[in-house]
This record gives sequence, C-alpha cells and structure tokens, in this order.
Amino acid sequence: MLVQKHYQNDRIIPEKDIDNCGLFGVMDTSGRRFGGEMAVNAIKNMKVRGNGLGGGFAIYGLYPEYKDYYALHIMYQDKNMSAKRKTEEILTENFYVVYDEEIPTDPSVNVFSPPLVWRYFVKPQKNSEEANMADDEYVVSKVMHMNTDVDDVYVFSSGKNMGVFKGVGFPEEIADYFMLEKLYEGYIWTVHSRFPTNTPGWWGGAHPFSMLDWTVVHNGEISSYGTNRRFLELHDFYCTLHTDTEVMAYAVDLLMRRQGLPIEVVSKIFAPPMWNAIERMNKEEKELYTTLRMVYAPLLMNGPFTVVIAHHNEMIGITDRIRLRPITAGAKGNLVFLSSEEMAIRRVCPDLELTWTPAGGEPVVARLNTQDHLKSLNKSI
Amino acid sequence: MNGLNMKFGWRDNFMDGLRPLHELENFSEINGLRAEIDAQDLKHKELNDLLFHLVKKGAREINIKNVFGQRYIGSRIFLPDAQDKVKIDVYNFPGNDLGVFLGGHYINVHGNAQDGVGNTMDNGQIVVHGRAGDVVAMSMRGGKVFIRDNVGYRTAIHMKEYKDKVPVLVIGGTAQDFFGEYMAGGKVILLGLNLKEDEYHKANYIGTGMHGGVIYLRGNVEEHQLGKEVGVRQLDDSDWEVVTKYVQEYCGHFDASEQEILAGKFQKLLPVSSRPYGNIYAY
Amino acid sequence: MYSHLLSEFTVQRMDDRCIRCQVCERQCPNGVHEYDKGLDRMFTYEEKCVGCQRCVVMCPTKALFVRSHPSEYRMNASWTRDKFQNLKKQAETGGVVLTGSGNDKPYRIYWDHMVLNASQVTNPSIDPLREPMELKTFIGRKPDTLKINMDGDVPKVESELHPNIPLASPVLFSAMSYGAISYRAYKSLAMAAKEFGVMFNTGEGGLPVEMRKDYASNAIVQCASGRFGVDQDYLNSAAMIEIKIGQGAKPGIGGHLPGEKVAQHVAQTRMIPQGTDALSPAPQHDIYSIEDLSMLIYALKEATNYEKPVSVKIAAVHNVAAIASGIVRAGADVVAIDGLRGGTGAAPLATRDNVGIPLELALASVDRRLREEGIRSKCSILAAGGFRCSADVLKAIALGADAVYIGTAALVAMGCTLCQKCYTGKCAWGICTQNPYLVKRLNPEITSQRLVNLLKAWSHELKEMLGGMGINAIESIRGNREHLRGIALEEWELNVLGVKGAGE
Repeated sequence: MLVQKHYQNDRIIPEKDIDNCGLFGVMDTSGRRFGGEMAVNAIKNMKVRGNGLGGGFAIYGLYPEYKDYYALHIMYQDKNMSAKRKTEEILTENFYVVYDEEIPTDPSVNVFSPPLVWRYFVKPQKNSEEANMADDEYVVSKVMHMNTDVDDVYVFSSGKNMGVFKGVGFPEEIADYFMLEKLYEGYIWTVHSRFPTNTPGWWGGAHPFSMLDWTVVHNGEISSYGTNRRFLELHDFYCTLHTDTEVMAYAVDLLMRRQGLPIEVVSKIFAPPMWNAIERMNKEEKELYTTLRMVYAPLLMNGPFTVVIAHHNEMIGITDRIRLRPITAGAKGNLVFLSSEEMAIRRVCPDLELTWTPAGGEPVVARLNTQDHLKSLNKSI
Repeated sequence: MNGLNMKFGWRDNFMDGLRPLHELENFSEINGLRAEIDAQDLKHKELNDLLFHLVKKGAREINIKNVFGQRYIGSRIFLPDAQDKVKIDVYNFPGNDLGVFLGGHYINVHGNAQDGVGNTMDNGQIVVHGRAGDVVAMSMRGGKVFIRDNVGYRTAIHMKEYKDKVPVLVIGGTAQDFFGEYMAGGKVILLGLNLKEDEYHKANYIGTGMHGGVIYLRGNVEEHQLGKEVGVRQLDDSDWEVVTKYVQEYCGHFDASEQEILAGKFQKLLPVSSRPYGNIYAY
Repeated sequence: MYSHLLSEFTVQRMDDRCIRCQVCERQCPNGVHEYDKGLDRMFTYEEKCVGCQRCVVMCPTKALFVRSHPSEYRMNASWTRDKFQNLKKQAETGGVVLTGSGNDKPYRIYWDHMVLNASQVTNPSIDPLREPMELKTFIGRKPDTLKINMDGDVPKVESELHPNIPLASPVLFSAMSYGAISYRAYKSLAMAAKEFGVMFNTGEGGLPVEMRKDYASNAIVQCASGRFGVDQDYLNSAAMIEIKIGQGAKPGIGGHLPGEKVAQHVAQTRMIPQGTDALSPAPQHDIYSIEDLSMLIYALKEATNYEKPVSVKIAAVHNVAAIASGIVRAGADVVAIDGLRGGTGAAPLATRDNVGIPLELALASVDRRLREEGIRSKCSILAAGGFRCSADVLKAIALGADAVYIGTAALVAMGCTLCQKCYTGKCAWGICTQNPYLVKRLNPEITSQRLVNLLKAWSHELKEMLGGMGINAIESIRGNREHLRGIALEEWELNVLGVKGAGE
C-alpha cells in the first residue's frame, strides 16, 4: 500500500512531511480556457522557493468533451501492471468507464522514477445497497478504497472536467514531462513548487492534493496538525499522506462540500479573528464568531500557511491569521492571479492592472463570471 | 514512508547552472562610471556577480533593466573604502531582500518591491517608486528608506539605533499589522496619503513590544490598534523639524505636495518604557 | 510580602578560624556576609546565598562552608523541594521563574550509557606520545567528487571548493554573547581559541570593533533574531557565520538581555541605546519557513561574496532530523544541534527543564537521516549541549558529529560553579555580569590560559582514546558506531542511536 488508513497506535504513525514552497494560481473569470504558459513561467521565476523534490499542477476546464464524467488520474508506482489490473477490476465493477488512456508523457524529459499515470473517464455504477449514496460520496469512497487497499496505486485526482499532474522534480520539469503547455487548456491553473524537509521521493506526495474536484496547494507548516487530524478522523477522513496539505484538503472538503459552508465562513474557521477583535464586534458578529470558534476550534489552522484552493468555478487564496506566509493577488481584465511573490505575476503579466496584499485570514475569492475577487481589495493594501 | 525510501538526487535550486562571468558580461555594458545590466534571464546570483564585477571594474552608476524578482540586489557590494558609494537604478521589479545588509549604497527602484526591503541595512538609501511587501526595514540600523505607497506586515520590526546612527523610514501609504513591532530605535514616518478622509490606518498591533525609537503617524488610528507598550504624544517643535525634513525629502523623491502632507494630523508614538519586560519575572 | 521561601544554602563560619578580614563580604555580590564594626563580628544572611562558593574559595583561612540548607519539607516524591520553592516564588511575585545554565533534571545522559572500544591483538593500539595522532578537522561543505586535470605529471584540482574552516582540535567554544558574559570572559574565549587554533562563537551580541583585527579569524559570528551588531564588516571579518534559530536550553523562545546589562560598550557593540532591553525575538522575522531560511543563508553568502561557510544552529527538538535535512537542502554548510542540556544565560525554568530532546538521540538521528538521503557530506555537524569531558566528545564524534561546541565546560574552566544565577547579572566569578567591580575578577591573560589548558588536556585524552582504538586520525572515528556499545539501554534507544548493545 502506498498509503495506509489505520495504524495500531499513534506511536507508529509516520512523521509528517513539512512542506514549504512557492505557489501560483491564475484564473480567467470569464471561463475562457488558456494554456499553461503563465503558470509554468511564473513558478519558474520562483525557482528558489522549491528544491526540486516536487511540483504539480491542477487544471480546471480540462476535459470539456468529458465534462459529465469523473476524470480519474491514477498513478501506478514502479509501473506496476498487476496494480493496474487490480485497479481496473475495481473500476469496471464500480463504474462505467467510457474512455481511458495513458496520460501522454515526453520520454526525453529526465525525471525521477516516474510512475505510469493513466486517466479514466467514469460514471458511478452503483449496486442496490449504494443506490442512495450521492455520486460524490460514492466516488470518494472508491478512491479511498483504491488508495488504501491496493498496492502501488494512488489517485492523483478524481473530479469532473479537471485534473492534477504532479511528480518529483521542479514544476517546470513536470510540466514538460506531461507536456502540459502543448496539450492542455483550462480556465484555472494552480501550481506548486515544493521544498519539503523530509520526503521520500514519491510522486503522490507532491501538490496539489485533491479530493473530487477540490485541489489544494499549500505553503507553510500547520503546527496544529495533530489536533486537526483527530477532528477529521471523527468525520471519517483518514489522513494517509501525513502532510499538512492533506489536512487542509480534507477540512475544505468537510466544511465546504459536505457541510455546505461558504468560503467566507470557512476562512474564518481556519484563520479566526483574535478574541480581543471579537470583543470589539457588534452583537451579531460577536455571536457568530464566538460560535464559530467554539464549534470549530479543532479546525483552527495554527502556524504559518498560505493556500490556494480551487474547485470548479472558484479559486481561493487565504493565509493564516497573522500572515506568516506571503501571498499577493493581482488582476488584469478577467484574469485573477494569486502568487507567493508579486514579481512572478509581473513576469507573466507585465501590464498588470491591480495588485494587492490581503490581510492575514482575509480570503481572495475568484469566481466564474463575477468580480468577487475585488471584495478583498478594500480590506487589503 | 509511503512504501518508498530511496535516495534522490541533489537539486541545488540556487547554485545549479550558474554561468561564468565572461558569459554574463554579454548581458552588460560598461562605459566609465556608467554601466547597464539586462537582467531578463539572469539568476539571483548571476545578477549580483555581474553587478559586483562591474563595480570592481569602476562602474558607480548602474542601471539594471528587466528585473523580475531577483534577490539581494546591492548586498554584495562591500568596498574597502567606506566613502566609495555606488548608485543603482532598478527597473522594475526586484525580489526579496533588496539591499539586505546594505553598506551605504543608493538604490532606486522604479516599480514595486517585495519582502525584506532594507533588511538589516547598515547605511545608504533605498527609494521605492511603488509599494513594498512584508518586513520592510527589519532590524535596520542606519540609512534611509523611502516607500512611495503601502507596505505589508511587520514593517520596521526591531529597527534599532545607536547615538547618531539613526535609521529613517518614510512610507507614503499605509501599513498592515505589527507595524513597528519590537522597535528599539530609529525614526519611522507613516503618511497614509492614500487613505480617504476619516479613514483609519489598517494596521493592528502597532508598536507592540516597542522599546525605542519613534513613529510619526499621519492620520487616524483607534486606541485598540496600538500595542500596549506604546504611548501617544503631540509633536513638539523638534518633532516637527524631523517630520518636515523627511517629508521634504519624500516629496523630492516622489511627486507629492509638502504643504498638503504637513497640513495633515500627525501624532507621535513613543515606547512607554525602554524595558517593557522588566517585570514579568519572579525573583 | 513576607517570604515563605526556605533558604537554599546554609553558610557555616568557623569562628576560631575567621580573622574578620572581610574578604567574604567584598567577594559576595549578593550581600550574604556583613561585618559589624562595633561588635567586631561577621553576620550571615544565608537566605541570599546562591551557593557559588566564591567566598569559600577566597577565604584566606578556609573558615567558610556553604552547603545545601538542612531544613526540609516533609518528604514527597511528587512535591519536591524545587517544585515547592518555585511555586511559592510565583505566588509571591506573579512572575515567570527564570534560571541560568543548562537543564539539571535527571533525564538520561546517554554518554554515560555508551562505552568506547579498544584494540586487542587483531590490530595494534597506537601510543600517541610517540606516534603521530591527528585531530585536525575541517568544517564546511565538501563536494561529492573532485575534478582533477593532469598538468603534465601534476594533478590540478579543477573543482570549485566550498569554503571550509580548519580546526586544530574538534572542540569549539559555544555561542556566548558579549553582554550575556563580560568583556573579559568573552576576550578570554577569543584569546584561547586563537592560541589553540579553534574557534569561539560571538553569540548574537556582536564583535567589538577593536577585537576584530586580532580575533576575527577565529570567530564564528552569529546572525540571530535580534541582529545585534550585524553589518558587512562584522560578517566579512569572521571565519564563519552562524544563523541562530534555536538554543537547546530554550527551544522556541527568544531572549531578553535586561537593560542593566546593556552597559555603554555593550550598547555600542550591539548598536542599541545604553540601558534598553536587548530583545531577541523568538523567531527571526524574515524566517517563517524553510524557503525563508534559504533566503537568509544566501543573503549572508551574498554579503560575504560566498567566502564563508554558513552554519545554522537549531535546538534539538522532536523532528530534528527532518529539519536538519531541510537546512542542508536550503544551502547551509554546517548544521549545529544544541541539545536538551545546553546552557543559557537566562531562560524560563519551565522551558529549560521541559522542552527539547537529548543531544545524543538528536545527533544520531540527524546523522542517519542525512546519510539516508545521501547529503551527509554536504554539511558538517556541530554538536552542542552538555559536554563534560573528552570522552563525551569522542562519543559524539563516533555518533556522527564533526566537532563539538562546549559552553558550560568552558565557563567552569573560567571559574563558574553552575549556581544557575547567570540571569541576575551578579556573577561573583566575573563571568556573567557587566558590573565593573565584579568583572575585574577575571584576568584574560590567566583565564585564557585555563581555557587553553582545558583544550590541551581534552585533546590529549582524545588522542589517548583514539590510539587505544588503533586509529590515528580523528576522521576515522567520525560516525564510526562500530566503536560504540550501549549499556543498560532499551531497544528503541539503541535503535535511535544506531548502536549495538555491549556484548552484541
């Protein structure tokens, strides 16, 4: 098993990865799809923020011709063909697979121990007991099953009309390897360059992390990891990868998808206002924030972080509440940018119209066909 | 972990693939005291290698074009003669730690700057015709920094001074939280020129842990925005002298009206004690 | 408020020996002894005694004894005397309990559970008095391979080498800042390091300008969170630069040098006004993550034209191996690890006694991790925190250290008796104080000789032990766990140390 769900006791849970890095995201709020040039060049401009041990991309609007099907990107460690056979048995048992192929790669790009990566476009094929299960839940449970019960298999992403490409190397090498600039277009690109402090060289460990069509790229270390993990386990999320980012991804999935909370609230759960700021609020706000902090105390993400979260139609940037990690937002026309460094945006968009730095805990939310990202402008500098 | 435990190659994100000086020279031109660098495709170290090389060849006024995020500009230049100064013009977008440990040189930035402008700067001057990121002037101990627009978190953190060596930071816009945290010395002027009338400054925890130096703040803050180690005073004549002097310099660098700025409401923030934590320990 | 505290020490004066010379009164900075002229009698205020033994040593007639106070609370395994006393102190002041020196709690000392090897029959031991025995050590990054071109018959090294600093013996003086310790103590360290061919560490209090000409080439200068006294000249004059992230005695917290210790010359060296608290923030505010550390490492390399090795010093904490790996990948040439028993001039007692892990375990796991990842030669490892004798040093080197830092041992050589009152600034031995009257008790000419003697003695002992193992160069014991065996250790401890049990 590449990842393991349960451990006999807490003592043998592997040490978690500490990931720091550079991150970048760009979205066209009109929904226009564009190539990977900006994402690749921007992250390349921040090369010293990573150390070549991980890079990856999430692309939305990736498969318009299959947009109603779940697109599974699945990696087979060491190109293990028996793992692939077993996985495909599970797939055909549980899904209608309408199309599948190997994700094309450029063999001339020299990367570290690449796995075989395959994509499948599927629709749930539920048995009678599962008939009442929502499609999303169904997919999540099958993905978890493949990740934790089959040797040498890991699912990169499982959303509709999106996909994750990641691996060990600098992100521009991963982009070249998967030929992203040549082959794909999307209306959101997020990208991550990794600087792990403890890492086995395996491709699943790179960012973005993904559940259904949610992806997270993350910079920082979440000091509350143990607390957050325990809470998520109560809700049946098993942190199998031992990274901060995974915790963040599951927390987003729990709060936003399952519990249906808006990002504006979720960001205040992750990065709540200080109690003395709450003291000064009006009665309604005070009640809201006091309640949020009481109920969701275990999901306070303590310690330095910047994340860029994306799912269909939405790209969100948020930092911890005392902004220990950088983020800069930028906009030009319908393009919205989020980046660890402003100059990476400038590099790919020299005629940027707006740049701003959101305050700690203030989310920047870019939504399809809206100007919602400008809401954070007023609260920023 | 995760089924794999193998050695991977060493990837040096900073030092790999650096080109030798004779190749880098192709990106520069030197003509007596003047020189120019095209930084478009230069890595962090390459740019600074070339810059120092040109200084050693005699250049004292250097333009750097097409800068996109290269770090540490100016830090390498350490000359045996303390009076020997270099003037650098950066177009447009320098990276982090611009002028870190800067030893007396002059840097003009024709665009925005990122985090760590003037970090632990010793002497000289940095002028940014735009905005700057977090920890501007951190631990700065001498010289001057002028930022035309806003600055990010933790500006002027732990700035210090000794006798007549007093660093000066002037910011045209406003700042984010922890402005002047731990300040141990220096003069900081925050003008808030881009705030609307009656709009308050945005920073919280201003001057928290401050135990030296002074902040002159133009515009309004609420009391809760100030750290508990900070006292508010009116400006006296000598304060106005200081403020006027540096506002004049600010207006000299940027297009702004001295009269308009000085007509604004200023207050002076001082530490209430030079020993804020003298009483927290048992005997 | 009337104090409920018991005295820590009792002072006994043998009246038949006492000649009323008042040496004790003059020597005690705490006011324990007082002479009453009218009565021609010495009075004793034993509640003020810190047990530093200065008066005992200085008494010309040996009339004094200072020992632990015999008063006792009812025996209680849970509520020990120190728990009692600290609690009462806090009830009386509402303050944080401070302390100095290293952790004095009975955590296992692994040095005392490991033994060294010696040659018998199969390979000869070596007599270091007559045969060559080499302790020379280089600190810094080493390339994995060299490119050598033949210039005719002469091989020429083509590779660019990383800066390294040579040490005559693998023992350096740990960071103790001017300000925390007195100028004379600081200078003694510098003089001894220079004479013996090792390094002293400036801590983060700067390097006084007038000392740079003579001593900078034996100085490791720190760039820490307070950035005191850091300028281009300071950085460029030194042999090596150390970024201080943490300290074994107080991982995760910063420092407050109290204003009364910031005397004129300290203020000038640190470049802060006289009499203000010198605050070292807990983090360096330009380092909130590993890529930020990388940024500072290269900032320092930029500022010194890539001519100095850059060390990063961290406290030994739970995931120290992962952190060390990150530090090396961030570009550091040296990783310094300061363990649980490392000393300090001042730290909250709660932190000193409860935070961090023992150096031995940290060192072993860092060395293993870096080897597993194939990056061990990219850096040197300096181990620090509680080295008491040359055998500890040799065991650390066998666990993978390139060299060790000694702090407390050096202080003891200078006169320190570990009374743990460094934070009061009233050191009777003239070490950890800025009081001009107390400072005069040290004469750097003499004190530095004590330090040189210590280095000389330890180096000789190292050679004896190496010789016994049949090894005549220190590099052959480095990381050589074959020469270590554990005694009375649990399985997991042996595993972490990577050492076999004795007899295995």
